[in-house]
Amino acid sequence: MIAYLDNSATTKISDGARDVMVKVMNEDYGNPSSLHIMGVNAERHMKEAARVIADCMKVNPKEIVFTSGGTEANNMAIIGTALTYHRLGKHLITTRIEHPSVYQPMLFLEEQGFKIDFMPVDGEGRIIKEKLYEAIRDDTLLLSIMYVNNEIGSVQDIEEIAAKIKSIKNDIILHVDAVQAFGKYKIYPKKMGIDLLSVSGHKIHGPKGAGALYVSDKIRLKPIIFGGGQQGGLRSGTENVPAIAGFGYAAVEAYTDFEQKTGKMYELKQYFINEAMKLDGIRVNGLPASSGEYTEEQIKKTAPHIISISFSGVRSEVLLHALEERGIYVSTGSACSSRHPRPSVTLESIGVPSDLIESTIRFSMSDRTTREELDYTLEQVRELLPKLRRFVRR
Amino acid sequence: MLKAFLIKYAEIGLKGKNRYLFENALCDRISEVLMPLGSYKVYKEQGRVFIECPGDYDYDETVEALQRVFGISSICPVAVIDSTDWDTILASVADYVDAMYPDKNITFKVFAKRSDKSYPITTPDMCSMIGAHLLDKFPQLKVDVHDPRVRLTVEVRKKTYIYSIVIPGPGGMPVGTNGRAMLLLSGGIDSPVAGYMISKRGVSMAAVYFHAPPYTSERAKQKVVDLAKMISRYAGKIRLYVVNFTDIQLEIYEKCPHEELTIIMRRYMMRIAERLALKENCLGLVTGESIGQVASQTMHSLASTNEVCTMPVYRPLIAFDKQDIVEIAQRIDTFETSIQPFEDCCTIFVAKHPVTKPNLKVIRNSEKRLGDGIDELVDTAVNTAEIIEIG
Repeated sequence: MIAYLDNSATTKISDGARDVMVKVMNEDYGNPSSLHIMGVNAERHMKEAARVIADCMKVNPKEIVFTSGGTEANNMAIIGTALTYHRLGKHLITTRIEHPSVYQPMLFLEEQGFKIDFMPVDGEGRIIKEKLYEAIRDDTLLLSIMYVNNEIGSVQDIEEIAAKIKSIKNDIILHVDAVQAFGKYKIYPKKMGIDLLSVSGHKIHGPKGAGALYVSDKIRLKPIIFGGGQQGGLRSGTENVPAIAGFGYAAVEAYTDFEQKTGKMYELKQYFINEAMKLDGIRVNGLPASSGEYTEEQIKKTAPHIISISFSGVRSEVLLHALEERGIYVSTGSACSSRHPRPSVTLESIGVPSDLIESTIRFSMSDRTTREELDYTLEQVRELLPKLRRFVRR
Repeated sequence: MLKAFLIKYAEIGLKGKNRYLFENALCDRISEVLMPLGSYKVYKEQGRVFIECPGDYDYDETVEALQRVFGISSICPVAVIDSTDWDTILASVADYVDAMYPDKNITFKVFAKRSDKSYPITTPDMCSMIGAHLLDKFPQLKVDVHDPRVRLTVEVRKKTYIYSIVIPGPGGMPVGTNGRAMLLLSGGIDSPVAGYMISKRGVSMAAVYFHAPPYTSERAKQKVVDLAKMISRYAGKIRLYVVNFTDIQLEIYEKCPHEELTIIMRRYMMRIAERLALKENCLGLVTGESIGQVASQTMHSLASTNEVCTMPVYRPLIAFDKQDIVEIAQRIDTFETSIQPFEDCCTIFVAKHPVTKPNLKVIRNSEKRLGDGIDELVDTAVNTAEIIEIG
């Protein structure tokens, strides 16, 4: 049996999105900037994708800029804001649990003379709001905060935070990295007070190589990529039309039967965690400490698809490979950072003891994950744990 | 102008009646490395190997490939003149010098050779006549017979060969002329270098890697395959055995004293390597060990791992400092791959304080605790080893 539980790293492309891409590659392969009908047809796919993605967010299609993915969208948002508005202030705020595609641009801007505050989070990975509000200064330009954390699935109260920071200083620009949240939450930037929102195609059964940044019409960003002036000059370069079309298709699919899908994921998550709780020596990250079962209410405060569990006395990489031998695919910490053998900043920030950080596995689901996959995974973990715990570095 | 290479070899010239075997091996190896680059013609002629290049060949790419062929002492790009007519030769030499040295403010000396002793001009006369012709044509040139900047060689055979550039080759002997050995390849910095050095002496290679899933990852194995590919750029084809070592390692872990784990583990690696070496008709094992580098490579430890096999164990790095090994690894381009941080089977269960002076009797006694079951595990490991053909 195969259990693919690494959906926060990437998802399998949906058949529909794949078929759309093949059609675009085979038939409508023109350059959307070309003047002839081939160009017009290609452009039509772009416009359609922008429209459906904008519909998911209840924004204007003109406010959607396509990028190569979440990383580029985050870079464009943060560096673009700094380039455009640096005269208004040089203070940027973010959190300690951001994805490297937010964290690294922040470090880059710090080198360029910006002042960055990295806000702490509580034990469940939620920003400590009082500290955030206290950190706002006269020259605060931007708050960049992730909607759903990719390692532990903690969720921020974006709407509440947006309202509060804007009541303190009304021209703060709010960027939200929603790469892990898009398709799992209904996110309406205009209603919620979000100015910039990053999303990605391949986390929602779309193709790799397509993402988007919502840029509120109130914001003018300077580009970070220069060239032929495509997409209103904000993102030059011939658009990846097939991938964008596939992304559009996947976005529509993600929000079809939405309640039913997230409901099922929450049910599975609660089931998996409560079953896992019966194992010895484990810690569920991103939820309050508990010795018994987690309630639906507790689970629903976190993202529906991400489960982070530390297994004491087992190195996560060994458990990962042992599961891999049995057809189960998971991540240690988060897939993006697991290439670097540095302890996860997120896990450290929420207070996971250092010996458990190296013992943490992320199971991430999609709406296609089945109960059978989870049962099989639980069964294998149950069998492996005592074996692996017998053989440890002494 | 330079459409051919003259290949010189040093040691194989000394090998008496076996010489043709060495020359053939050299030609084969040259053909092998040049094969992906185009259709070159490689042939022997009177103690020389010549390579004729295709019309569109890339000079740098060709030289780089030849520098990976052991047995070559130098590589000379030559201009080939399809004539032995003396006036044609003089004109061609002048053309050659003109094209190769746009700045004529240089010193030179002419060396001439003729294979046909009935050629009407003797070699001393050839030298002085060519020299005079060049000085006449390019008055800026100067002759310096003691320390010339350009050593211009003109060889008259069936055709005429003109060259002045001598690029050093890697030296050594052609792979395949000195038997076959089994390399214990770990994925670290040392073992690829050891393999490179032994194959430089003309030894062809098989290799064995000990894989310990799930403790070592698929990427660690891929890294070893990548390293084997890099060695095979020099060593030619390599048959890589990937041995699943997990069960043996866990058995040792459970039954033997923890401080002796690494030593006992290495003894089993040597045993398995020797079994595979016999299968492969190898005459020896090769390791990257260097005295004192780690606990398992002290003189005591080496004595302990050495005693389990009867086959000679070649350790080309035995007296090398780490930095010297790193320099070779960087030169042969394995370093960057070697330092990728994947766990290998030697590090996963390593004790905090492993024995550094293992006593042979003690180790033998500890091994007895493994009982007969271990032999079965070794058989299984040998028989189920995955074979990957490299190069």
